[in-house]
Amino acid sequence: MKRILFAAVGLLSLAGAVNAATLDEVKTRGSVNCGVSQGLPGFSSPNDKNEWGGLDVDFCRAIAAAIFNDPTKVKFSPLSAKDRFTALTSGAIDVLSRNTTWTMSRDTTLGFNFAGVIYYDGQGFLVRKSVGLKSAKELQGASICVQTGTSNELNVSDFFRANNMKNGEVIAFGTLDETVKAYESGRCDVFTADRSQLAAVRLKLTNAADHVILPETISKEPLGPLVRHGDDQWFDLVKWVYFALLNAEELGVTQKNVEEQVNSQNPDVKRLLGTDGKYGEGIGLTADWAVRIIKATGNYGEIYDRNVGPATPLGIERGLNNLWTKGGIQYGMPVR
Amino acid sequence: MSDVRLSGPPAASRRRWSWTDPKLRSSVIQIVLALIMVWLVWSFYANAQANLARLGIASGFGFLDNRAGFAISQTLIPYNESMSYGRAFVVGLLNTLLVAFLGVILATLIGFVMGVARLSKNVVIKALASAYVEITRNLPPLFQIMFWYLAVLSTLPGPRQSWGFGLQPLFNGIGSGLSGIGLGVLGAPISNFAASLSAPSVFVNNRGLVVPRPVFEDGSMAILYALIAAVVASFVIGRWAKKRREATGKPFPAFWTGLALIIALPLAASYAVGNPVTIETPELRGFNFVGGLRVIPEFVSLLLALAIYTGGFIAEIVRSGILAVSKGQSEAAHSLGLRNGPTLRLVIIPQAMRVIVPPLTSQYLNLTKNSSLGVAVGYPDLFAIFAGTTLNQTGQAIEIIAVTMAVYLTISIITSAIMGWYNKRVALVER
Repeated sequence: MKRILFAAVGLLSLAGAVNAATLDEVKTRGSVNCGVSQGLPGFSSPNDKNEWGGLDVDFCRAIAAAIFNDPTKVKFSPLSAKDRFTALTSGAIDVLSRNTTWTMSRDTTLGFNFAGVIYYDGQGFLVRKSVGLKSAKELQGASICVQTGTSNELNVSDFFRANNMKNGEVIAFGTLDETVKAYESGRCDVFTADRSQLAAVRLKLTNAADHVILPETISKEPLGPLVRHGDDQWFDLVKWVYFALLNAEELGVTQKNVEEQVNSQNPDVKRLLGTDGKYGEGIGLTADWAVRIIKATGNYGEIYDRNVGPATPLGIERGLNNLWTKGGIQYGMPVR
Repeated sequence: MSDVRLSGPPAASRRRWSWTDPKLRSSVIQIVLALIMVWLVWSFYANAQANLARLGIASGFGFLDNRAGFAISQTLIPYNESMSYGRAFVVGLLNTLLVAFLGVILATLIGFVMGVARLSKNVVIKALASAYVEITRNLPPLFQIMFWYLAVLSTLPGPRQSWGFGLQPLFNGIGSGLSGIGLGVLGAPISNFAASLSAPSVFVNNRGLVVPRPVFEDGSMAILYALIAAVVASFVIGRWAKKRREATGKPFPAFWTGLALIIALPLAASYAVGNPVTIETPELRGFNFVGGLRVIPEFVSLLLALAIYTGGFIAEIVRSGILAVSKGQSEAAHSLGLRNGPTLRLVIIPQAMRVIVPPLTSQYLNLTKNSSLGVAVGYPDLFAIFAGTTLNQTGQAIEIIAVTMAVYLTISIITSAIMGWYNKRVALVER
């Protein structure tokens, strides 16, 4: 089984010597190994031609574009919530871009660094309309399906405890598919996960209109890409790919106009696109690193709109994920 | 004892380095191998320590005291999310032991019945048993677990449409029947018990099987003592009956006597101390049933799948064991006037056990290890709780995998030891 394999690989590689710089390894290999979900529309899911797409997937493509000038040089590894960290620790993947919540223990004792927050989310509840619930506070005694190895599994216990709701049961399943299947079959009254995930799962259910997401958001779920401890250069690279996407949107640099923007006289645009200074060399790349990214994937806003925005089946408004200049909290650090 | 040296020159004069000396050669090779193993283990350990420190990953077993924070759907001991990872580990271990223990018993029963049925002269029974063995042995256990969970149990109705069964008429019938034949001492507590059941009290739905829960109040210990006394008594009767049969050839229905004792003694004790056991019946409140005992479908599907899958293998082992007993044995038994049942029970099976027990042990071990597949249907066993959720949350792969390995190894070694002891008892005593 994959889980055992990862654990074994994890043990062996922890016991072996892993020391080479990730960027050098990636360049020698010719592709970025990127951990994604096993299929979550809008974030990372394969289409009918088996091409991966989504917010998390596009972020990995942006990394590949920055390094190789080719967004297709990514190898995607679909991972369950439970196996994802072992895969990253063991070196099976270079970056985990899999709707993963930034928490303190993951950032510290588990040995990872989060490069940024690509999507600000929160946990919610999906229930059948026929149950006639108005609020999550009425979930006393309910059976709840959750995917194991997620922050959701912990939050739901806390929520029930904090609201003094007893007699419920939480059944934890190994993968998202198994969890959703159990909810659909009636084993559970409630399916709980991040709201974006609920929206995506709801669309996949046989009759989406029969299900409703309750209004409460019970937690903060800042989702972002993460890397292993111990390689600052690679951490910087992933972090600045994220900031480049945000800065490009803020400066109005898009996939279409990036060629013209290279000639822009705006000093911020010049530094971002490498016509002034050689900031890209600071992360082991060339000065025009950001041009390659934007050409391949577009800026953050374009990626958002393409995958989860109002024009997509998911139809999620920007909200918190808007730029800080437009009422959201997405904020790109300055290139300087 | 080798006497080679005695016939040669004195040993001291020949003690030189020589590859032609097989003893010296083999000890040198063994020492070198042992050193390589020590070096390998040490370098694994040192590398792991260095890499963990470099990656800034916590190590050690301190995490066992930390707050687990996750809920578990089946707990045999009190547990909630504010308890520690260590407690969660025990909960998972008990869940594994529960499903393995019941699975072994159920698989053995199914296996013996099916193994004997495959040798039946009745064509229909034989065909059914053969079909069972061929189907269950040749489908992967994970598939069978998913089949029971998704194709069978999940099609049951929801809590509000539960199938309800009333136990009141059943117990009432037994109680008044016993009283009717003059066994009021037994019948009265059963009738009392029946009166406390408000029908229906047993429910089956897609959340599991809900049954009334006995609540033990003051004086219940008397029932426990009576039960222990009954078990001891039936054990003694069994030994006595065996001895008598071997000495005189007269059979005695020890099994039925024992069963009657085990049922009757606790009932009589309960009556004597004034029926201290009350019943908590489940009732539908909100989403689910509240009160009573609930067996979750994750457990049922895992138990059924493991028992039925392993039962297929055990049936073949039993069949081969019976076939290994020569035909003359049953012919001799028949010629002594024994009917088919006693022949099988007293002559064939005891001899077949010698062939059956060793491979049976492997099947018990397989069943225990296969219980880790329960993670696929959300059964909270040791593997799911500890090597799954706890590993994911603490990231301490080395410690957790090592502990999990040690636990499965210990369970298996204990099982092997018990079966080894049993095997010695049934083995042919050679004179």
